[in-house]
Amino acid sequence: MKVKNRAAKSSLLMAMPMYVFTILFTFGPLIYMFALSFMRRQATWGVINEFYAGNYLRILEPVFSGVFAESFKLALITTFFVTLFGYPFGYFMAKLPPKHKNRAMLLMIVPFWTNSLMRLYGWIIIFRSNGILDSVLIALHLSEKPLRLLYTYPAVVVGMVYVLLPFMIYSVYSSAEKLDWSLVEAARDLGASKTYAFLTISLRLTMPGLLSGIILTFIPSMGLYFIADILGGNKVALVGSIIQEQLLRARDWPFAAALSVALMAATSLTLYLYRRITRSEDLEGLV
Amino acid sequence: MAKKRGISFSGIYLTLILIIMYVPIVLVVIFSFNESKISSLWGGFSLNWYGELFRDRSMFEALRNSVVLGLLSSFSAAVIGTLAATGLTRYKLKSGKVMEYFATLPIMIPEIIMGMVFLTFFSLLGLPFGMVTLVIAHTSFCIPYVFLMVKARLAGLDKSYVEAARDLGASELRAFYDITMPLAMPAIVSGMLLSFAMSFDDVIISVFVTGVNTNTLPMKIYSQIKTGVTPKTNALCALIFVVTIFLCALSMRISKKK
Repeated sequence: MKVKNRAAKSSLLMAMPMYVFTILFTFGPLIYMFALSFMRRQATWGVINEFYAGNYLRILEPVFSGVFAESFKLALITTFFVTLFGYPFGYFMAKLPPKHKNRAMLLMIVPFWTNSLMRLYGWIIIFRSNGILDSVLIALHLSEKPLRLLYTYPAVVVGMVYVLLPFMIYSVYSSAEKLDWSLVEAARDLGASKTYAFLTISLRLTMPGLLSGIILTFIPSMGLYFIADILGGNKVALVGSIIQEQLLRARDWPFAAALSVALMAATSLTLYLYRRITRSEDLEGLV
Repeated sequence: MAKKRGISFSGIYLTLILIIMYVPIVLVVIFSFNESKISSLWGGFSLNWYGELFRDRSMFEALRNSVVLGLLSSFSAAVIGTLAATGLTRYKLKSGKVMEYFATLPIMIPEIIMGMVFLTFFSLLGLPFGMVTLVIAHTSFCIPYVFLMVKARLAGLDKSYVEAARDLGASELRAFYDITMPLAMPAIVSGMLLSFAMSFDDVIISVFVTGVNTNTLPMKIYSQIKTGVTPKTNALCALIFVVTIFLCALSMRISKKK
């Protein structure tokens, strides 16, 4: 018992820096944000220390609840396309022979690590009116007039899908890599069609990866406002952009805090549902 | 195995998606050599913009800030994350699960919220906004990467090595230094590299916690994209891209050594 106690003590000592850092700079600030959301804004500067629920009532105003709905819609659309394109990619990649697998992995990692602004800037070059896409389409006689896609909703969706796709690919890949392919072969040998074997075995066994990919796409896409900012002009307003505006321009911190709490509640709910469905704690392929 | 050599649907699919992934990046690089200032028209090959970039002092300052910030935060995260991962794998503390949950929160909740949380909290504490606040904020979202990677690596390791060392009389510190750390090194280094990449890429959190005089590279690129880019931005992006490829290859090589 004594040895165990010492082990516990030294383990705690090792974990202590992270405990302190986390309590001080993650937990503390989050609590403060929560408290702030119930305060009232002072007319000129700062906040008044009294209980006030008005910030939350303000979120229910159509202007703001509309923005929440808009963000939710964009996140859903993004997640849908990311799943559509990402799942097959991760799945096929896991089936590659080892040599090709490593090569594909490196090719995947490079864009993921590349500055996302740079990648979005590439899309500006493509989407700009009379840019690359317009020129190509007109040259191929696929389109008569320039499409002028920059600063439109589809451009924002493309940007979001493009930036978040790697998360889905990794999650599905790490799940599919552990898959015992002999199970699929056995099913095939026993007369199952390709589709049937995929649906009953592969898809079910890669479900944790798929679900964690959905989470890893959905959560950030609720908050990623700079893509809409860059590729959508001012046309697509998201919760993120409203929070930023309230923080930096309107200087209404309590309201910004309330918006953040609401956004966090929405994302936590998604995470909670994920944990309930998969009964697991760690997300697949996060790192 | 019949279609080992043939062109399969999956092969075409993988190639196609990869090509789409690279098209925007390649375009940015190509247009960095563009003579013309208008970035959708090709005006001939030129290295002018690179020269222009090297003469821009504010750009260098931003680059230096980003590198310093990335190094400081990924290193602090490596130390804090590795220690915690070692401690928590070795002995299942009751507080471990809860702490793990909070420690990984910074990468689980939208960045904009972390940005707002840091902004309000730092001003409550009265910390001067600048490099210090940037390092604290970046360290907090780098810790989860190192922690999770090292934890995963340690979970797959044989515990008997450390036990053997301890039985042979090595102190706990010595066992950590001589056994655990070298074994976990690939994960520590890849965690650090990933942290560095994430820190180097971050714009949302940085915007909120930086001071008036401290610009990071992504912030600089962001404001240029918003106000109008010149091929100088392309040149900068192209250089960053080269460094990225190098870091990726390095990380792949390290994590493959198992």
